[in-house]
Order: sequence, then C-alpha cells, then structure tokens
Amino acid sequence: MPRGKAAKLWGVCVPDLPGKNAIEVRGVRKVFGAGEAQIAALDSVSVSIRENEFFTLLGPSGCGKTTLLRLIAGFDFPSEGEILLYGDDIAPLPPFKRPVNTVFQSYALFPHMTVAENIGFGLEMLGKPKAEIGARVAAMLKLVKMEQLAKRRTSQISGGQQQRVALARALAPQPKVLLLDEPLSALDYKLRKEMQIELKRLQNETGITFIFVTHDQEEALAMSDRIAVMSSGKILQVGSPWDIYDRPAVRFVADFIGETNFLDAEVVSVSGDRATVKLSSGSAIKATFPAGTMPAGKVTIVVRPEHAEVMPAGARAPVLGGIIENIVYLGTDTHFHVKLADGPPFIVRQQNSKSGPCGFDKGENVGIEISSDVAQILKD
Amino acid sequence: MASAAELAKTRARRDVRNRWLLSAPALLIILLAATGPLLIVLVYSFLAPGAYGDVKWQFSTDAWVSVLLERDIFDDTLSIADAHLSIFWRSVKLALGTTLLTLLFGFPTAYFIATRPERMREVWLFLITIPFWTNLLIRTFAVLEIIRNEGVVNKVLLATGVVEQPVQMLFTDFAIMVGMVYVYLPLMVLPLYASMEKLDFRLIEAGYDLYATRFKVLRRIIFPLVKPGVIAGSILVFIPSLGAYVTPSILGGGKNLMLGNLIELQFGQGRNWPLGAALSITLMAVVMVALLAYVRNAGDSEVRHG
Repeated sequence: MPRGKAAKLWGVCVPDLPGKNAIEVRGVRKVFGAGEAQIAALDSVSVSIRENEFFTLLGPSGCGKTTLLRLIAGFDFPSEGEILLYGDDIAPLPPFKRPVNTVFQSYALFPHMTVAENIGFGLEMLGKPKAEIGARVAAMLKLVKMEQLAKRRTSQISGGQQQRVALARALAPQPKVLLLDEPLSALDYKLRKEMQIELKRLQNETGITFIFVTHDQEEALAMSDRIAVMSSGKILQVGSPWDIYDRPAVRFVADFIGETNFLDAEVVSVSGDRATVKLSSGSAIKATFPAGTMPAGKVTIVVRPEHAEVMPAGARAPVLGGIIENIVYLGTDTHFHVKLADGPPFIVRQQNSKSGPCGFDKGENVGIEISSDVAQILKD
Repeated sequence: MASAAELAKTRARRDVRNRWLLSAPALLIILLAATGPLLIVLVYSFLAPGAYGDVKWQFSTDAWVSVLLERDIFDDTLSIADAHLSIFWRSVKLALGTTLLTLLFGFPTAYFIATRPERMREVWLFLITIPFWTNLLIRTFAVLEIIRNEGVVNKVLLATGVVEQPVQMLFTDFAIMVGMVYVYLPLMVLPLYASMEKLDFRLIEAGYDLYATRFKVLRRIIFPLVKPGVIAGSILVFIPSLGAYVTPSILGGGKNLMLGNLIELQFGQGRNWPLGAALSITLMAVVMVALLAYVRNAGDSEVRHG
C-alpha cells in the first residue's frame, strides 16, 4: 500500500475521499526584483488540482506557468498566499522536504552517475534500505522500458532515453505529485507524440497526480484531464480540454488555442443557458456564454472554423455572406478565407471527405452556414 | 601534373615540418630553462663540495647520504638526521595544512563568485587577483605587521582586555601557515571557479528536489562535479607551499625552517652545493609522489562513482 506508507513517511494526513484536492493554490502572488524594477510573475493565482488528475498549465512563455510550478516544487517561495498539499501548507518547506518531484525541461540528470544511480538517488536520500532501492530501481527501469541501459552513463544515451530516465528518477520515490516542466519540448515531433501517449500511460499506471507545464496547445488538449490557461501571471480559465476549446471564456483563451473567428454581435434575448444574438449581417443565432455571466448589449462571439460551412450563394438564406479571398488546400482539409460582406475576415475549415476539387473558386460569392450551438459569447 | 595522392603526401610532410617549426621555441625554452638546469642539479648532487661553495669534480654520494643520515664527528658512525627529517615533516605538514585551508576558504569563495550574475563575477574575480599585483615580499611583510607582538591583532586584543600579554604568533608554524594561505588562496579560487562556472546549477535543484539536504547536495553532486577544479587547485597550492622560501624565512624567523630554507642554507652559508642539489631533487621527488598518489586516488573514486 504505497500511499499509506508515503503518508506515514511524510506525516501528512491523506483522507480517502473521492475528488479531493492534491494541491490547492490560494491567492498566490510572486514578485521578482524590488522597488521600481518589480515584476509580478504571478498575480493572485488560485487553483485546485484534484488527486490523480493530469492537470496542465498552458500559456505562452513568460505567462508565469513555470513560476507556479517552481513554487509548488519549492525552488521559489511565494511572496503572498499559500500552497496546500492535501490540506497542509507546504509553501515554507524547502524542496527536499516536499513529497513532490520534478521532471526538468533539461532533464538535469546527474552526469557523474549511471542511469540506475540516477533513478535510485531520491530513494537513497530518503534513507531507504539498499534492497528496497534495488527493487524499486528495477521496477522503474521496467516501467520506462530501459532495463538494458541501467549501467550506462547518462551522457551515453539518446535524448528520448534521457527523458525516460528523468521520468523514472522523479517517479521512483513515489511522490504525491509529479511536476513536469515542458519535458517534451526538446524531442522531435514523432518522439514527442510517442511520449505523450507514454506519459498518459504512466499516469494511469502510477495513479500519481501530474502537473504538466507546456506552451503547446495541441499537447495540452491531447493529454490533459483539465487545463488552466495562463497569461501575464494570471489564470484565465480552468476546464476540460473540451471546455477550453469549445467554450472559451475570454478572447485570449479563444485566440491562444487553435484558430478561431471573432464576430461582433448584439444580445437580443437570454433564456436559460442560451442567448440569442443578432450578427451584423442581420441574422440571429443561438450562442452559449460562460457560466456566471449575464450577456447583454454588444458582445463578441467566437466560432471555430470547422463549425462553419461554405455553401453556394443563394442556395438557402445563409447566416453570413462574403467573397472567397483565398483557398488553402491542406490534404486532410481545406481552408476558405472569406471576406464577409461587412468587412471582417472569416475562416472556414472543411474536411475533404470527397476527393477532387472543392467546387469553389477564388473571388466567388458564397454563403456561410454556422451549425447550431457552436457560437460562444466571450466575457470581454 | 602531380596526382592527388602525391599532393596529399607533400602536404602531410609540410604539416609535420611546420609542427616542428612552430613548437621549436617552446621546446628550446624547455630544454634550456628546465631540462638542462635540472640535469646540472642532478650531476652536482653526485659531486663533492668545494671549500668556498662551488663543487669539486669528483664523484661522491656523500650529499645523498646526508639527506637523511648524518655522520658523527667523533666515531664516524651514521645516524638518522633528525634535523632534516623534522624539516621534511614540517614542510609536508605545512603544505598539506595550507592546501586544506585554502580549499576550505576557497571553495565557498569560488561558489559565491560562480553564483553571482555574469557581470558581477568579473568584478569579484578582479578583486581576487588584486594581491597578485603586489610583490610577494611586501605582502608577506604586511602579514608580519598584522600578527607581530605590537601588531594590529595584538593591539586590539590588549585594548579590549581579551589578553594581558601579547600573543606570540610571529615566528611560529601558525604564522607561516597564515602567510602561505593568504598568498596561495587565489591559486585555489581560480581553478575552483573555472570548474564551478561550468557547473549546471539545475543539477543542484534536481538534487534538492530528490530529497537531498544541502550537505548531501554538496557532497554527492557539487563536489564530484567540481573535482577537477579541486585537484588542480590543490596541486597549484601544494607544490609552491612545499618549497616555499620567502614566507617561512620572514614569518618563521629563520627558526622554523622549511625545505626551501634548508636548500637555500646549503647553497649559501652551508657552502654545500651537492647537498643543496640532492635536497632539491628530493623535494621534487616528494612532490611527484604526492601528485601521483593524489591523481591515482582521484581517478579511483571517479571509477567508483560511475
């Protein structure tokens, strides 16, 4: 019963309730520098990360996601606020007293040790008996499929293998939470795809809470149970990949993740969780809006390119109308860059379900149909 | 027209010739300034002393015998030369002590400099090298001024009432050690800094993350990785300390001799050049044995770690 043992070891009480929080960040602020040159890397950040969750911090570089990870690991200390691990404030503890391990972006493997020594280092520092360390290292090597390379120096193995060793090293002491700081960014595309699946498998097998930092939205969507989108030291939205992609709350989230179309609209009426908005073309459509808000007046709505469809002008009364400015053929699908009748550009992505040309030409007048229930009203 | 193979051969020959030409000045200096004089010293150590210094050109092993043994004036028997042995022992002891102390002071200093922002590192390194600009004699006299009985330290101790009588620090082994640590500290800091600068500090974070305390991070991660610097610094400090001459003669007051002083004595007042030559070569041998032992030991632990 590894969890119970860990609990005794660390003296942290772990109640066995479903859906409890592994990490709770409460009103954390982190300021670097002093006086005039002060920079707030994190500004009143609060977020709860559930047990056994694959949680991703997503955002552009400099958004504070790595800072938040370093605060949880203990390499930096928050200027304000608290960080709870299963209910206990760990913010003042040094990193070597936190049952939390990190997989570093650079892997940070010890070059003067072998693969096996690297993996066993954490256990050795915890004062585990030799036999237990040996068994655990062997199990870890098996878990990351590196049994053959146990005696190698870390400089004698490839980048992908180093990645696996870094993972095994961080998992070996059975941390309560595993922190991953853009661990896949140094790998090439194919290896990255493989490791994404591998990471998901490891998380399922070990049942450890993963906190994953990345700037790659595709990676975040593919792996996460929940995603927190960050920008300028703030968390803008937390939700499932579907929430984040299909129901973005603010413009930054909609813009950062995937391609999207922004349209001006005016709220006509609200009933339940749907609002009816009038577009500048005159047509009215239904749109969803972020929970806890009450849309009114002039708003911006977003429509994903794949949720719209191009059709010959005049076939039916379309929602929008415009002229095709450009057609980009991408193999699996085709992008239509349409200039709407009242000015703004609009992108439609259509899957190439049939072979052959798409049947539209540049400069052609077309109508754009938007499927029901896909438009989302933004908060800002 | 020359074939490609011939061209390549000519080029290779020219490369070899150029290599010799380019290394000629260095080789010449080594031959004239190092190997040659060393051979003269070796030859002199097997000759007999002249009456007014210099050597008599006749083969003799007396000098080598008296390195460790002394002949009784009356009955001509040989016994262990206690005076020489105690000087050997003091030299090794003081040199080892100096090496350890410079390591103790130099390690945190180098670590401090290596962890500063890039621009500040240059400033700190500059400060470390400032003592090099001053003459060794002047620096040694400065130490003397601080630790002599009427010096700064004793004045402060007397004024604050910590001691009644001035503490005798000058003309002791302690004084020699203080002087040598002060003089040789930069020689330890610079190679240590050079290897610490290359240290990936993310490895230290990784160590902390894997439950290593500060001391364990130092012992298991920092120390093994900067070991080349530790070895280089120790060698750079140990060798000149073992043969130190100026510092022990000023701060030791001629009472506490070290090997360097003993050698000087033989070439000067002692008028026994062959013995001086034999002692010089003995000093070199001691240094070489120490170096070999050190490097062998360092190499071993390297293998053990990986």
